[in-house]
Amino acid sequence: MSTESGPVPKSGVAEDVQQGPRVAVSALVTNLREYGLILALIAIMVFFQYTTSGTLFKPVNLSNLVQQNSFIIVMALGMLLVIVSGHIDLSVGSVAGFIGALAAMMMVIWPLGPFSNPLVVSIICLIVGGAIGAAQGYWIAYHRIPSFIVTLAGMLIFRGICQALLGGGSSVGPLPVGFKALSSGFIPDVIGSLTLIPPVVNAAGKTIVGSGLTLHMTTIMLGIVAVVAYAYFGLRARRSRERHGYEAEPFSLFVVKTLVTSALALFLVYQFATYRGLPIVLVVMGVLIALFVFVTKRMTVGRRIYAMGGNAKAAQLSGIKTERLTLMVFINMGVLSALGGLIIAARLGQAVPAAGLGSELDVIAAVFIGGASAMGGVGQVVGAVVGGFIMGVMNNGMSIMGVNVDWQQVVKGLVLLGAVVFDVYNKNKA
Amino acid sequence: MASTILEMRDITKTFPGVKALSNVNLSVEEGEIHAVVGENGAGKSTLMKVLSGVYPAGTYDGEIVYRGDECHFKGIHDSERRGIVIIHQELALVPMLSIAENIFLGNEHASYGIIDWNANETRTSALLKKVGLREDPKTLITNIGVGKQQLVEIAKALSKEVQLLILDEPTASLSEKDSQALLDLLLEFKRQGITSILISHKLNEINRVADKVTIIRDGRTIETLAKKDISEDRIITSMVGRSLDDRYPSREPNIGEIVLQVKNWSVYHPIHAERQVIKGIDIDVRKGEVVGIAGLMGAGRTEFAMSLFGRSYGRRITGEVLLNGKPIDVSSVSKAVEHGIAYVTEDRKTYGLNLIDHIKHNITLANLPGVSRHSVIDDMRELAVANDYKAKTNIRSSSVYQMTGNLSGGNQQKVVLSKWLFANPEVLILDEPTRGIDVGAKYEIYTIIARLASEGKAIIVISSEMPELLGITDRIYVMNEGRIVGEMAASDASQEKIMRAIVRGEGKAS
Repeated sequence: MSTESGPVPKSGVAEDVQQGPRVAVSALVTNLREYGLILALIAIMVFFQYTTSGTLFKPVNLSNLVQQNSFIIVMALGMLLVIVSGHIDLSVGSVAGFIGALAAMMMVIWPLGPFSNPLVVSIICLIVGGAIGAAQGYWIAYHRIPSFIVTLAGMLIFRGICQALLGGGSSVGPLPVGFKALSSGFIPDVIGSLTLIPPVVNAAGKTIVGSGLTLHMTTIMLGIVAVVAYAYFGLRARRSRERHGYEAEPFSLFVVKTLVTSALALFLVYQFATYRGLPIVLVVMGVLIALFVFVTKRMTVGRRIYAMGGNAKAAQLSGIKTERLTLMVFINMGVLSALGGLIIAARLGQAVPAAGLGSELDVIAAVFIGGASAMGGVGQVVGAVVGGFIMGVMNNGMSIMGVNVDWQQVVKGLVLLGAVVFDVYNKNKA
Repeated sequence: MASTILEMRDITKTFPGVKALSNVNLSVEEGEIHAVVGENGAGKSTLMKVLSGVYPAGTYDGEIVYRGDECHFKGIHDSERRGIVIIHQELALVPMLSIAENIFLGNEHASYGIIDWNANETRTSALLKKVGLREDPKTLITNIGVGKQQLVEIAKALSKEVQLLILDEPTASLSEKDSQALLDLLLEFKRQGITSILISHKLNEINRVADKVTIIRDGRTIETLAKKDISEDRIITSMVGRSLDDRYPSREPNIGEIVLQVKNWSVYHPIHAERQVIKGIDIDVRKGEVVGIAGLMGAGRTEFAMSLFGRSYGRRITGEVLLNGKPIDVSSVSKAVEHGIAYVTEDRKTYGLNLIDHIKHNITLANLPGVSRHSVIDDMRELAVANDYKAKTNIRSSSVYQMTGNLSGGNQQKVVLSKWLFANPEVLILDEPTRGIDVGAKYEIYTIIARLASEGKAIIVISSEMPELLGITDRIYVMNEGRIVGEMAASDASQEKIMRAIVRGEGKAS
């Protein structure tokens, strides 16, 4: 076109020139939002660290925090895709409760022989979760019934089945130790622990010197491997940009960002290592987060979900099978709800009729705090995860402080409203 | 002559980092129809937003004198109170409310909050009569066509005792017939003493009704022409800043074998199952050929194209599609795309673009496998592709990371085109490819079409603008009421011939 000598008049000059600075500003705001969210999480953590007189960051409490809230983050990963694709799923709490009850019945009550093995039961439960997602997604995708209605129905149905399965108001347990490890277990220390300052014990069995602080070395090694991998892939992406002649962010900024993130990660890993190592559920969660970041950022299916949420008709006319994609999003949500249900049951050590009750609201709130748009098409996995942690830290911190559960809800509601108002205000300003 | 009703002096409006308007002057006399023309992004809409108070006083420099008073409108309410009413291009009607409810929305005849429906409906009937719309005031907006909705908007303006009516591209989505009726209505208003400002891209309309034309380019007033000086050439020259000796790029057609052949294609309406929308259409397109489909609005052209493109429209679709002589299955969009058929929609905002995502992601959407390996997107390859097409189709933006929702119509159209070019189709169906975009961008689109044809693509162009079809195609099919009613070589076609085919076809159909 540029070599065209014909009359090629200029078009839309004023309008387009106007966009230059606007784009720069909006890019800045987007980044500010991303960092802002993490800064908010850090601020909240520091606040509770102070008000709980240092309890929050204690290794044992960190483990608790992760074990209590991991199911919200696991389900938030699925919910992010649901919301980005322009839908909502209100049934996740009930599905989680139902799956917990199903797992308990299979392992404790029903005489299933070898099929009551925790691993087998877990796999069956995940499949059942996927089937539930498919059943709901079918109506939403192929019959265009609003997801709000379908999953509202699901919320009632599966809570009801959960309670019926457990025989009214009773709970079923105790669950096998092997199963409970999913939530309360820690990764085994295959390398062996390292005692930093060996304690010297006197004849009466009393420690006179040394704290006896031992480190879970497998945890430390995993932490180091993760940090090195993070820095390596960051560097590689930078190189690739430079090699193709595109500008990357300033090197100093990259270094600072990588160092701060790594330091933070290593600090947390160290804290875990001084206790019993990494909780298994944290590892599961970490792997899932990494997987979902990759799927949403790099894979075609992720891109298609965002396109579908942004403009379903345009996506369909671009050759995207929007019905099948919607179905897949709900199947994924079902599987993750089931996993959430297993994690809840494993933590409680039994299945109770109220398991996961109301947790759909925490999950949805986490996704919206993380910057997703209720209109679909916008939202980040990392945002949803940070949103989940914000909810988790608030739950945990307020509980330690002894804040009444009623008031905890008020505070969480205000935080959700504040985060979204802040977001909308920012977008309008840009 | 009559007195000056509106005088806008030295209006300057600055957005962060850019001057959208600089020292614009506009002087409108009482009782005239004053056209404002300019390319997309020239600043016409911004000027009208300043006038109607959308940008409140204080956010711009300069003065507005209306009926001798200097005005400082703080919002639309202020300007409406003085009888200045603006009708936007995107209509602001509530679809599930009735005509009467819409006309008096926010302005109901009511006492103590209780609406007097009889009074509302009586007044509505009177207003509808004035604008020549024969509809029951209780009819829902969603049940009447765009042309009638436009008339409802005008009736709404009349209900506010309008003295200065501003219409922003009122005929952009109207059929020829509805457009004519609307223009007649403007002339009727003129006789009643209502002053109008008409923003339009369509130069023939301006020729027909305008008493004066003010041309704006790059945020500046270029000139104001009186009736006797109005000519298309003069306006175009002022709009683009240089003369356009040729509005269509010249091209040497190099036409080969038949690529796409459609036989006996029939489609029924998706809701009214007994209504046949497309009635046994046969067409073909050759390699390197640009084929036009002419017709009036409602002739079934878009329905035909969309039903062909993966059954995106209609039910009970029958007929045969042959690509290079072999029958192909086009029963889903992805199959059609795989066979090398692309359809560029007439409604880019609703069907063509993800407006909340940036240019890069929009361009690669129809061909993601083309930038990925094992379903993993190669970011660098995608960026290179996007930049390549940005250059090829001359998309004007700060980068490929600009949101498509922020682009002008012409640039949005180029993004949609780029998306389909990257899918590398053999057959490209373009539905109203230049709707709502300015003269300059139109020329660029024509150039792209010409280049694609010379690369050997088979191209079908659906257009309601007959001069455009005559200017860029090699062969024209005329469609009416779901049938092909004429076929002619572009070289011996004319607007009259096309119209005659339509009229004759109408006789045949009934």
